[in-house]
Amino acid sequence: MSKELDFLSRHVASGRLSRRDFLGRAAALGISATFANGLLTSAARAQTPQKGGALRMGLVGGESTNSLDPATILTQVPQNFSSTWGELLVIQSPEDGSPQPVLAESWDSSPDASEWSFKIRKGVTFHNGKDMTPEDVAQTIRRHADENTKSAALGVLGDIEDIKVDGDNVVFKLARGNADLPLLLTDYHLIIQPNGGFDDPAAGIGTGPYKVEVDEPGVRHMSTKYDGYWRDDVGHVDSVEIIVMNDNTARMAALQSGQVHIINRVEPKTVALLARASGVKIESTPSKGHYVFLMHCNTAPFDNADLRMALKLAIDREQMVQQILQGHASVGNDFPINKSYALFPEGIEQRAYDPEKAQFHYKKSGHSGPLVLQTSDVAFPGAVDASQLFQQQAKRAGIDIQVQREPGDGYWTEVWNKQPFCASYWGGRATQDSMYSTAYIEGADWNDTRFFDKGFDKIILEARAELDQTKRAALYRDAATKVRDDGGLILPMFNDFIDARREEVQGWVSDPNHETSNLKAAIRVWLQA
Amino acid sequence: MGGATVLKLIAQRIALGVLLLLAVSVLIFAGTQILPGDVAQSILGQAATPQALENLRRELGLNDPAYIRYFRWLFGILQGDLGTALSNNRDIASALSGRLANTLFLAACAAVVSVPLAILLGLLAVRYRNGIIDKAISGFALASTSLPEFFIGYLLILVFAVKLQWFPASSTVYDSMGFLQRLQAVVLPASALTLVVLAHMMRMTRAAVLNVMQSAYIETAELKGLGPLKIIRRHAFPNAIAPIINVVMLNLAFLVVGVVVVEVIFVYPGMGQYLVDHVSKRDVPVVQAVGLIFAAVYITLNMVADIAAILANPRLRHPK
Repeated sequence: MSKELDFLSRHVASGRLSRRDFLGRAAALGISATFANGLLTSAARAQTPQKGGALRMGLVGGESTNSLDPATILTQVPQNFSSTWGELLVIQSPEDGSPQPVLAESWDSSPDASEWSFKIRKGVTFHNGKDMTPEDVAQTIRRHADENTKSAALGVLGDIEDIKVDGDNVVFKLARGNADLPLLLTDYHLIIQPNGGFDDPAAGIGTGPYKVEVDEPGVRHMSTKYDGYWRDDVGHVDSVEIIVMNDNTARMAALQSGQVHIINRVEPKTVALLARASGVKIESTPSKGHYVFLMHCNTAPFDNADLRMALKLAIDREQMVQQILQGHASVGNDFPINKSYALFPEGIEQRAYDPEKAQFHYKKSGHSGPLVLQTSDVAFPGAVDASQLFQQQAKRAGIDIQVQREPGDGYWTEVWNKQPFCASYWGGRATQDSMYSTAYIEGADWNDTRFFDKGFDKIILEARAELDQTKRAALYRDAATKVRDDGGLILPMFNDFIDARREEVQGWVSDPNHETSNLKAAIRVWLQA
Repeated sequence: MGGATVLKLIAQRIALGVLLLLAVSVLIFAGTQILPGDVAQSILGQAATPQALENLRRELGLNDPAYIRYFRWLFGILQGDLGTALSNNRDIASALSGRLANTLFLAACAAVVSVPLAILLGLLAVRYRNGIIDKAISGFALASTSLPEFFIGYLLILVFAVKLQWFPASSTVYDSMGFLQRLQAVVLPASALTLVVLAHMMRMTRAAVLNVMQSAYIETAELKGLGPLKIIRRHAFPNAIAPIINVVMLNLAFLVVGVVVVEVIFVYPGMGQYLVDHVSKRDVPVVQAVGLIFAAVYITLNMVADIAAILANPRLRHPK
């Protein structure tokens, strides 16, 4: 009963339940109005950020080879740490994926979306005391967009032809119109640095709420509050310490014993056990990442549309979600976009498990004999189990899948994007356009389903430059339908990010854009005394 | 005369050790040369243009013949210069020294507990051989060795960190930590390592001493009326010390170079984790440096074992 009240009072505090409803529900549970009112007050207090305290996080994904240079960041520890000391121009909204201002105050584009002007915020200082200027912004983007750069953000900035400073603005000229430029600038590599980081890329000097104190790659990182920080709604704790814990059990033990406040990547297999520990809360957040089975549309026998459709109908997505990820996932619909993206195409019919229809298409395809599905533990967590489950599900439709387990070493070079039928995963992208452009149009870097469709490519290019949101949504709907019905993608599930925190950690924002609250957990949360 | 022979023997051992280390350095260098691609290619990665490769090769002196590069590398090491890591441009020697110190600290803690304990338990087992104490000691030691080290580690974490909360679950240590804090941090990993190496040393002590106990002079000592503990201490143990030292040194070497798993479980920033990180990035200079240090540790400890065995064994001291 007290758990229920606790839950309800938090709902009131977050605005999901009215005060009146709460008192009614409390009365129904036999609680006096005075006591119920008292509960409300304490819940409201819990919602007001408290300042101070030392936050400690135990995260997987740190190596002794890590550097503070934002261009080289790839794994979770440097990703999260960089969010404490550095800031981007734009950030994606946790609610609807739209671009929100950070170091850029506002932006505007030409009607064809090929020229963009970003107004840069004034009164922001770097940790070395210097003012952050539009010139620093321009230099930063120049460094990442240079074709000789090692920056992992080069791919998203490839279309930028020219960058210039115009008063308080930075103006980008693009080779082709792109309505998504603000969202592309949310890439976590694009931290604004003094003179763009040309002088000392790994100096660790940014405009973030915390300044770098300790940098021991692969061991621990620490940053402490920067006094000159420009805003008040993030950066509540006094210091942030990130301890590299690459071992799953070590992370869970550290959280249970209270040595750390937040951990990332809880294994789906053990999440139910961890949830039972006292003082621990699981944060399971729907993400854009997805686990897939890939068929090459141009390789026999998968060049047959009926065979592809048969396999898509022969997979039980619900069972996959329950058995492989213990419910910490949502079902997919054979196109790589879900509700976490802006302009998600609503109302496309959910494809369901239908062995009879699958059998119909399978017979129509004229194929016989076993289909070899290559899989590996590295394809995604539980991939081997998922492949075997798929094998059993397809058997009911009379389709013979032969699961072939491959070694993890070399899977990404020898099997994925080479073999015609294999298991794999995709992380999300900032926009629908970047997801489709990375893997579904002709000439994409990783068209791993060999989906070559001129009509589809035209839709994507048209949508890219379209500023009218209604027209754009309609185009993305067509694109999704094409991939879903004609493509080589079998997408059983979108995985959740599973993080966990101590109960005293408050203010956690559920954010589908990246794990650990879009890498911003450290600056968003506070510690309840 | 006897003293001079011993000195000569020891000098021979040391010379052999140095020679062996040189041979290993050649092997390590040759091994990393066989790998496809060179350092310039790994630095530039996919962005490598022929011109950029050429420039970088010239800058790094990669166009020189292999033997010249080997000697340059070797002389650098002799002067304490291990080169620069490719992945983050940090000086290897300074990054490594902290890691090496951590590994040696953990190994020392484990050794200080495990070596005396193992020998003591071994001697006790001999004193009460085939009795209940002997069986209990052997059973415990064998059980702890049969359990994989990660299992022992997790068990210790569960009991002492999560349930009892006596010690921290993760053993991250850093420069600003005091000695006592460090000790507290390594209690669990050092205990895990102790349990792993205990049985090997204990069993060897027991076997070696028991072997000597069969000798005629032990029987004489017994007939003289000496107590069993005194016999073991005065007569049996000194004559069994050579094999015991050997196995102790082997285990010490393991404590330094073989503890990757324990380091990972306890999040301890030692050499093993450092090596694994750089191997996966193909950071050749670091791999060479760490490989050489591991080889040096092994060779040195074995050399010490040899010398100790010479000093302890009259037959080796006075060769016929």
